[in-house]
Amino acid sequence: MEPILSVEELSVRISGLHILQGVSFTVAPTGVTVLLGRNGVGKTTTLRAIVGLTPPAGEVRGTIRMGAQSLLARPTHRLVRGGLGYVPEDRCVFAGLTVAENLRLAERRGTTPAYDKVFALFPELDRRGRQRAGSLSGGQQQMLAIGRVLLNDNRLLLVDEPTKGLAPKVVTEVAEVLERVAESVPVLLVEQNLAVVRRLARDAVVLAAGKVAWTGDAHELLLETALTKSLLGVGSAEVATPSARSELASPAAAREDQL
Amino acid sequence: MGTVILLALTGLGLAALYFLVASGLSLVFGLADVLNFAHGLFLGVGAYGTWWAAGNLPGAGPDGFGFVLAVAFGVAAGTLVAILVELVLIRPLYSRTIEQVLVTVGLSLAGVALLQATWGADARPFPRPDWTRQVTGIFGAQVPNGGLLLIIAAVLVLGAILAFLRWTRYGLVIRAGVENREMVTALGIDVRKAFTLVFAIGGAAAALAGALGGVYFGTVSPGQGGSLLIFAFIVVVIGGMGSVVGSAYAAVVVGLVQQFVNYYGTSGLGDICVVGLLAVVLLLRPQGIAGKVATA
Repeated sequence: MEPILSVEELSVRISGLHILQGVSFTVAPTGVTVLLGRNGVGKTTTLRAIVGLTPPAGEVRGTIRMGAQSLLARPTHRLVRGGLGYVPEDRCVFAGLTVAENLRLAERRGTTPAYDKVFALFPELDRRGRQRAGSLSGGQQQMLAIGRVLLNDNRLLLVDEPTKGLAPKVVTEVAEVLERVAESVPVLLVEQNLAVVRRLARDAVVLAAGKVAWTGDAHELLLETALTKSLLGVGSAEVATPSARSELASPAAAREDQL
Repeated sequence: MGTVILLALTGLGLAALYFLVASGLSLVFGLADVLNFAHGLFLGVGAYGTWWAAGNLPGAGPDGFGFVLAVAFGVAAGTLVAILVELVLIRPLYSRTIEQVLVTVGLSLAGVALLQATWGADARPFPRPDWTRQVTGIFGAQVPNGGLLLIIAAVLVLGAILAFLRWTRYGLVIRAGVENREMVTALGIDVRKAFTLVFAIGGAAAALAGALGGVYFGTVSPGQGGSLLIFAFIVVVIGGMGSVVGSAYAAVVVGLVQQFVNYYGTSGLGDICVVGLLAVVLLLRPQGIAGKVATA
């Protein structure tokens, strides 16, 4: 299968720092590909370079293609209109706008926004339409940030640390939603919670010191204690604690456990 | 009592003038992060455009519908100049702050020089309807009609801007862009169109301030925009960058303080008090009255 996204020799310098030093990887046209690595290795920088949000003072080199289309040097709003959905780290909802206004802002001219789909996934957004987004809880804000992107058809979703700072129950809800979303659109996910990674990801790309240190099957990676220890700084015991496992186990996995 | 009412209403007239200049300045800074020192030029173009149209434009004149036409011409000229400044000079310099400041300061100086070269450095009498030279009795105070006209115009402009921000798609984009411009683009919106629009709105409001300021002061001069711009910047900072409502509150405070202190204290002391007020706000509430929110 042709990858939906291919990144070749991506190099990013910002304010004299050489953050990405020739990163190459591909994203499969289905399922979740997870971008892993310790703090500060350039995961968010990679997503932002793909969606054209490198700061003006930064320098980006290399090749980024979605299908046959080159993404580099195209303005962000055109990339997004072309089907590249982006859910940023820290949600970035518009605190002074209501939930309904946040969603309305994401509507694209000439398309029918999929409110039914969004409200089916996040019924709370429908109920809280008139509430200011700044007064929502962290979990609700994350739902709004994801819901905003799902209003439109996307060819690829870039999702940056969607479970960061959320309560365990909300982490499970977000993981469930992403699992359902990934059934219809490929996702490139940056995630630190390895229990979520274990549940969602099929492929993994691990960054270290601004370069790709490992690519392959996500579950294989998480089973390799020495590898996860050296690349991510955690042992397999931390990949999914018993509590996290029970909370994050997919229904299918739970049924297998019962059998 | 009559004196207090007169001072209050003339102070509000001054506040109205500051608000008309500051509202656009605040939106431009809040959305586009551009500190536009050339904003006073839009005021000058509006004032001279109205002055020129009243004497030369067919159908325009100093009275009745002719005056409305002259003001409309002045506002259109100020808006056009604002749009051109954004498209030609500011757009290539977004995210280059130093260059922006240099260009807008240079443009401001060049604009004043151009007005001086064309129509001379001296103040010229401003064509205005006779009723604006008269006064209206309000609770014993004889209030100049020119000041009342400014207050009414500012209230209408405030209402129109708030309605625009609250009820239109572009208003929504501007309110969101003031909070997080990058995220607006990440939702597939070309935020540069909103930049041009806020320049146009700001240019129109400043040009209207120029036209009505001519009525208020009775004269028009090349340096008028620059001197008003200083107080407009103070209003923007006190009100909160990007907040139209904050600018309105701050303009009222600045206008009243200036008027009352200048009358009951020494002439000029009001201006010093306003600068003192700015310092207090910067120390105690640096984000201003409303913070960085395009309120609707």
